[in-house]
Amino acid sequence: MIALENVTKRYGAQTVVDDVSIRFGQEGVTALIGPNGAGKTTLFSLVGRLVRPDAGRVTVGGLDITRTPSAELAKVLAVLRQDNHVAARLTVHDLVEFGRFPHSRGRLTVEDREHIERAIGYLDLGPFRHRFLDELSGGQRQRAFIAMVLAQDTKYVLLDEPLNNLDLRHMTEIMRLVRRMADELGKRVITVLHDVNFAATWSDRIVAMRDGAVVADAPAREIMRPEVLAAVYDTDVDVREIDGRPVALYYG
Amino acid sequence: MLTEVAPPAPAAPGRRAQLAAAWARPDVRVGLLGAVVAVLVAVYLFTDVPGSLAFALEIRSRAVAAMLVVSTAVGVSTVVFHTITQNRILTPSIMGFDAFYVLISTLIVFVSGSAAFLAVDELTLWLVQVTVMVAFSVLLFTWLFGGRRRSIHLMLLVGIVLGVFFRSLTEWMQRMLDPLDFQVVSDAMFASLTRPDETLLVLTAVLVAGGVALVLPLRRTLDVLTLGEPAAVGLGVEHRRVVMTLFAGVSIMIAASTALVGPILFFGLIVANLAYTYAGTFRHAWTLPVAVLLGMVCLVGGQLVLERAFGYGGTLSSVIDFAGGLFFLYLVLRKGAR
Repeated sequence: MIALENVTKRYGAQTVVDDVSIRFGQEGVTALIGPNGAGKTTLFSLVGRLVRPDAGRVTVGGLDITRTPSAELAKVLAVLRQDNHVAARLTVHDLVEFGRFPHSRGRLTVEDREHIERAIGYLDLGPFRHRFLDELSGGQRQRAFIAMVLAQDTKYVLLDEPLNNLDLRHMTEIMRLVRRMADELGKRVITVLHDVNFAATWSDRIVAMRDGAVVADAPAREIMRPEVLAAVYDTDVDVREIDGRPVALYYG
Repeated sequence: MLTEVAPPAPAAPGRRAQLAAAWARPDVRVGLLGAVVAVLVAVYLFTDVPGSLAFALEIRSRAVAAMLVVSTAVGVSTVVFHTITQNRILTPSIMGFDAFYVLISTLIVFVSGSAAFLAVDELTLWLVQVTVMVAFSVLLFTWLFGGRRRSIHLMLLVGIVLGVFFRSLTEWMQRMLDPLDFQVVSDAMFASLTRPDETLLVLTAVLVAGGVALVLPLRRTLDVLTLGEPAAVGLGVEHRRVVMTLFAGVSIMIAASTALVGPILFFGLIVANLAYTYAGTFRHAWTLPVAVLLGMVCLVGGQLVLERAFGYGGTLSSVIDFAGGLFFLYLVLRKGAR
């Protein structure tokens, strides 16, 4: 379990995460939704130990993140950030290799190589493995980063807006992969998503944040109601049932 | 009877392909570069000997040792600095190291006159300069990175501002010096590699070796740092502790070598960027030695050309600054074009 207990984070006078207590990490995919500035990314940064909470406690698999060595946490929790700019020229293979760093500290063993091969195969990156990251399309790049996360071989996976800047086909492709990671590999995936329809289609549970607090937390279907979405996003959202699936209409 | 038909022999890989494959290997490249350095050093040591070979060798091997120490300090610290800051057009001089060194020298002359400056024995001067430079960088670093606020960018920005401040202060003092004193100060402002004091050379070598000993065990962690702080933290790097250690190594190396030969950091920019291209990999196990070897090529080669081809006894650093400036422009323009 990833557990946050009364966690608060302030930047100056502004409270970005306000006394949040929540548990993540049951089987399947959990989507974190909410308007810009709701505190989703900060919440991820708190769990990913990039920022320290001003109050409260965060544990991952029972380990208090402020007391556990970073390398130990990196074996149970992998985080993929929104913005993945890399200054150096790396190939896909180099990148996926980095996923093994928490286990091998850079000296690859036979087992590490197996994990790397499996991750590259799982994401169909074989043909691109020796390409440089700046030679890939957005979708391929995103897959390469997900392969790195997979090679890290952790129980918990946090993905911060994995669909950013992707077209329709690649968004679907990434979500299908995320689903497979949860179903076939048993990963507990928590992902920030902006498109509520993607969240409803591919996740089991949706957590909605607004103004630094969790305002809704329920199975995907229950969140997909006009009054709930309107309260979260502060805008009118119509929800229709199409082929038995709730679809939110918010295009104005 | 069936005769076994030998399968057609696979086309022997052409010489060209073989060479290309060898050239792609970083160890081959480092070996070649090492050979070039060895040849340059041999030429520098053994050719054009005006009198006794033993005497020339003694003087020249000391110069070569100084160049090796400086190349190591500047090459390693610049590459590490680039990785920490995620920026390849910086040098550690942005933290005001060079400016601070010149300021200290100027200050001593300003307060006590050039006679006193020249009278102080070199060891004391070196010790004072190393101590003050290390103290300065440690203070700056713990103030801006060690506390709750921890931002490398803020630290760089403060470093730039302090550098400008030191330079203006230096300039102001230099204007008030009499011409003779000024002469002494301006000598100290340009790096000189050829006549190092033996004790200082040994001490500097020890400090630089210490810096290398801090950095080298972290070479694989440095590789991960190329992904940036967030990703590195996600992969289990204790970012703050690692960066503190690396920065301590950088400060010690820079302070020691600057106190030995004078300000020469700009040359690290050329060497490090050439090293990234030449090594053909981002891995620090290769880029670090390549940067050091390229530094040797520049220094020994440059000294050879200056001394032998042009019969010029002046300082190499003015040439390096000129070439470095052009190269810097090229880097910036190329970055902009992409």
